[in-house]
Amino acid sequence: MFEIFGIPSQALFGQLLIGLINGSFYALLSLGLAVIFGMLNIINFTHGAQYMLGALTAYLILQFSGLGYWPSLIIAPILVGIIGIVIERFFLQWLYKLDHLYGLLLTFGLALIIEGVCRNYLGSAGLPYTLPESLRGGQNLGFMFLPNYRVWVIVASLTVCLGTWFVIERTRIGAYLRAATENPTLVRAFGINVPRMITLTYGFGVALAAFAGVMAAPIYNVSPQMGSELIIVVFAVVVIGGMGSILGAVVTGFTLGIIEGLTKVFFPEASNTVIFVIMAIVLLVRPAGLFGRRA
Amino acid sequence: MERVVDPLTKKPSVLRAHSETIGFIVMVAALVVAPFVTYPLFVMQALCFALFACAFNLLIGYVGLLSFGHALYFGWASYIAAHAAKVWGLPPELAILIGTAAAAGLGLVAGSLAIRRQGIYFAMITLALAQMMYFVALRMKFTGGEDGIQGVPRGTLFGLFDLRNDMTMYVFVLAVFLCGMLLIHRIINSPFGEVLKAIRENETRAISLGYKTDRYKLLAFVLSATLAGVAGSTKAILLQIASLTDVNWPMSGEVVLMSLVGGLGTIFGPVVGSFVILAMQYKFSFLGEWVLVIQGVIFVTCVLLFRRGIIGELANKLRIRL
Repeated sequence: MFEIFGIPSQALFGQLLIGLINGSFYALLSLGLAVIFGMLNIINFTHGAQYMLGALTAYLILQFSGLGYWPSLIIAPILVGIIGIVIERFFLQWLYKLDHLYGLLLTFGLALIIEGVCRNYLGSAGLPYTLPESLRGGQNLGFMFLPNYRVWVIVASLTVCLGTWFVIERTRIGAYLRAATENPTLVRAFGINVPRMITLTYGFGVALAAFAGVMAAPIYNVSPQMGSELIIVVFAVVVIGGMGSILGAVVTGFTLGIIEGLTKVFFPEASNTVIFVIMAIVLLVRPAGLFGRRA
Repeated sequence: MERVVDPLTKKPSVLRAHSETIGFIVMVAALVVAPFVTYPLFVMQALCFALFACAFNLLIGYVGLLSFGHALYFGWASYIAAHAAKVWGLPPELAILIGTAAAAGLGLVAGSLAIRRQGIYFAMITLALAQMMYFVALRMKFTGGEDGIQGVPRGTLFGLFDLRNDMTMYVFVLAVFLCGMLLIHRIINSPFGEVLKAIRENETRAISLGYKTDRYKLLAFVLSATLAGVAGSTKAILLQIASLTDVNWPMSGEVVLMSLVGGLGTIFGPVVGSFVILAMQYKFSFLGEWVLVIQGVIFVTCVLLFRRGIIGELANKLRIRL
């Protein structure tokens, strides 16, 4: 045990770790928002509800089929992604020609529906999700205890984030995607099925949220309102980072998670508000966001 | 954003030329009769929300700015007014004035931050700032945390009218509401209002015509926050309570819903919308959490099929302005 700035190292590194965990959720969710916004021009307010659905699906899979964490990590995002595709086909596709604001209002309504339905069947109390056997325990590093599961969350989300970046920036399909973001009409003229690409992009963005939800399930309890508060923080993260750059979203997400964790150590009263304060400062100093282009 | 058909291009008739005046008279007549045919408390509460929705609509309908955090001004004004009336023992008119001033100040700060970004970011910034102030309200001592400020005295207005009498209270709330409506009417029909509409239509062009659009947007934002503050303060005195519900994000969503149902960018839409939504909450209160789902369904239906809202559809059918 030693102390840094009068704070026991255990507490400091513990909070840093929690910060990194929150940061990985911020990164995954803002990445999904950015990908969806790029293609659909819609801010997906349902993102928080879809994150919650991911966690809930994992819980239900465990309850009813006995399948554990690892299958859920694949199945839940696919299922929720399919729900996303249905939502896009039934609702969102009618909005592309309208003002952006309608997309926000519609997805807000959908979020209310999903959260409301879940609350009716589950109540607002949290449902515990047990950790998979293989990820229990942890390492004693001498200055702190490092739970294995938390390391896994950070590694997994970093991998997924970088994988997404790689696909979008370095592969052929990503090139189509970027081209369609810039000029969908032209890309269509080249014989690429842009509407299907839009649908799949939404499904993918939603699956990312669900993936984050499954990973969050063992850390926080599974509860219907777990997404709605998170999504507002993620909006602030998106405002800070700007939606122009994928790596920007990832870096901003992790950094803000760490800052939030450190605030919990040094100035706990402000830990809920620190991200919003940073947003205000960024708006004063760099109105376009850290990685954003002026809209 | 759809626009109501310009009445000037159609044949002018008495109804068309004075549709807004006629609408106003009908509304006042209905509100004078209302407390005798339904619960006065319900109508008063609906009037507070109606003013709140009109304030919100001033931004979205006439400047094209979607504020997703209007609960901030409504809720904080309600806290400050409740505190002023209960702890400082101020009369209701001063309590409301102080609550309103607080909302104006908050609107100035939040507005000057939010107008630095356009479109969808504007909505996200206002939502985030409102959430921040929700956490502040949760933390601060004077708000009473989860309990809120309860048992706020209604007091005596101007030292003359005892507001504990529901009828006196009704006249007062109605007067506040009508003054708010007239002020909004004045704002959107002034040269300033014309510039706001120009910004809504084409901000770049407004800039190139030499208007400092940021200043116009900020002033409109502060006016909207101030009116939301009037509504919030009056509500705190009326219901004698200020609570976290009023500052939290679902309240911001609710005011959007009220305006959307009634008709964005119409004068009477938000009023009708708030009565409809509030009546629905009363009627279906036995459904508990399902009300949330119903609200979501209304949101989705309105956006997909019914973007003009009730009054917007009516005005469009009759080809008049309402």
